[in-house]
Amino acid sequence: MMSTTETIAPRQAADELAPPLSVRQLGWRRFRRHKLAVAGLIILMVLIAYSFGGALFVSEKYANYNDLNQALQPPSATHPFGTDTIGRDIFARTIYGGQISLFIGLTAVIIETGLGILVGALAGYYGGRLDNLLMRFTEAMIIIPQLFLLIVMAKFFGGQVPNFTIFGRTYSGSLVVIIVIIGITSWMYLARIVRAEFLSVKEREFILAAHAMGTSTRQVIFAHILPSCMAAIIVSATLSVANAILAEAYISFLGMGVQPPTATWGNMLERAYSYIDKGVPWLWFFPAMLILLTVLSINFVGDGMRDALDPHSRTV
Amino acid sequence: MIQYIFRRLLQGLPLLFIISLVLFVLMDNIGDPLATMGGRSVTRAADRQRLSRQLGLDQPILVRYVYWLIGNDWAKVDLDGDGVAETPGTRRGVLRGDFGTSLVVRGKPAIDVIAERIPNTLLLMVAAEVVIIAGALFMGIYSALHQYSFIDHAVTTISFIFYSMPIFFIALVSIYIFAVNFKAWGLPSLPANGMFDPTVGKTPAQVFLHMILPVVSIALISFAGYSRYIRSTMLEVQSQDYIRTAKSKGLGQRQILFGHALKNASLPIVTVVGLDLPLLLAGAVVTERIFAWPGMGRLFLDHVERVDVAVVMGILMITAVAVVVFQIITDIVYAWLDPRIRLK
Repeated sequence: MMSTTETIAPRQAADELAPPLSVRQLGWRRFRRHKLAVAGLIILMVLIAYSFGGALFVSEKYANYNDLNQALQPPSATHPFGTDTIGRDIFARTIYGGQISLFIGLTAVIIETGLGILVGALAGYYGGRLDNLLMRFTEAMIIIPQLFLLIVMAKFFGGQVPNFTIFGRTYSGSLVVIIVIIGITSWMYLARIVRAEFLSVKEREFILAAHAMGTSTRQVIFAHILPSCMAAIIVSATLSVANAILAEAYISFLGMGVQPPTATWGNMLERAYSYIDKGVPWLWFFPAMLILLTVLSINFVGDGMRDALDPHSRTV
Repeated sequence: MIQYIFRRLLQGLPLLFIISLVLFVLMDNIGDPLATMGGRSVTRAADRQRLSRQLGLDQPILVRYVYWLIGNDWAKVDLDGDGVAETPGTRRGVLRGDFGTSLVVRGKPAIDVIAERIPNTLLLMVAAEVVIIAGALFMGIYSALHQYSFIDHAVTTISFIFYSMPIFFIALVSIYIFAVNFKAWGLPSLPANGMFDPTVGKTPAQVFLHMILPVVSIALISFAGYSRYIRSTMLEVQSQDYIRTAKSKGLGQRQILFGHALKNASLPIVTVVGLDLPLLLAGAVVTERIFAWPGMGRLFLDHVERVDVAVVMGILMITAVAVVVFQIITDIVYAWLDPRIRLK
């Protein structure tokens, strides 16, 4: 992965006199030095503003409105990104699709992180037979490529969740399915990271001290050991958001992802390849570009966070 | 050593068992096999019953799993529906190399359906892997030797972009430029569909032309991860004492690079490549779909859609076995390259 490229600047004299920096301040300082990470953060904010702020100007009804007479129109003043195969405005759909894609990325990672911490913490803390069992299961899950598992699970759970309405907006039930299956097919690497951290931290003196003072097991796990793994978990979770957005895009591209009426950047690309020789690049260019920008900026941010949160790094 | 391999294989067995059980349960609900049988729809209730009995779908899932695993030639099955099991079963089970019969390609053993696609997939994926490793070695070593140079920065940024790119984007862009637009402009265009032009036939030249776009797409996406990895390993090795010793005793740069640095850096690289190799067998689902390449990935997609459980399970289990075997091979190669490691 990428490392910070700039040379270490000499520390300024004022810094020597100032009070010591907190971990958070130190991290932020290191993060700011990673220019690509800062750029990534800015692009990410713009994308979030685009998807959520854009909704103030364009209604969802308009995003789902189709007019077959207007199908496959090239970009113009009325349709900045052109129209799709059934005459929906692609610009409006990228706004609403972006909300869902970003939402899927975040929520799938919450599930993934929860599972990863749970499995990793149990295996690492208790060790022995439980560790053996959980790690065999983790290995078994890693062996099958994620996309294969996603396809099979999308078929398995497909159509079992009815459409639902929140705040007057109707969402496809497949949204829930996709979030859950991305979460349960991607926790394995995090579980391994957490387990490794637990194995080393639980042998430290302060854990022994906590036990000696009669701290409950649950508190030892969550209040004493888990915080020391936080840096690794945060970095891994950040990068996982990018992977979850990609996973959604792949499964939706294949037509097994989130179903209409809910738009996502991924399902806007569904069957785009069958129109490739019709010469209508706007059909796939804009959603795919937005996916690329999002994933790229999250990867930059994750890389910057890895540098910033690394406890072994001595750069200020 | 033989003992080690044997023990590792034994450890792999329960793993494969868990995987097969989980997948089999998942397969149970991916759709109605009868609804898609060979494209004909079965509407009459009596026909449905008869068919599901003949295919053994009326049995409880545990029985079906056992039949799938060890076959049913030792048991009797009820084919005519009179409640008496009298016909001896004919399946031999996965453990004896019988993956069952394909539903889509009627009556053909699933293993034959899969075996037909393996050469196509390997052709595509091995070519891609060779391009990836050769390119990544070259770029990774170059970047490490010229750390923080302009080219190093440029390669870093570009590989980050490709690393973040969904493969369908690059595939669509390359088709749009090289297949669609080049044709429209009257330039020599590259084919983007299938393995060969049916009017010309399956000649090596045709297959090569059809391979270019998918191979480049796969290579560009995966190239980044490898080259970054090689770069950081090379950088780490370069700061070791033995490199300084080699320099101070007056060895040439080439000799230091290939004889000392690369040899040591190859250890982690072998691990990464070894763990990725078995996945080549599984093919590239999305790439094969876009370029209509008749490989394993597309076979998987087509047969999942039509609920051909025998073939789908076959593909998944062959992939799983390949992963387990390659993990063991990787460990052995690792120990062979690094005499400090002893396999126990």
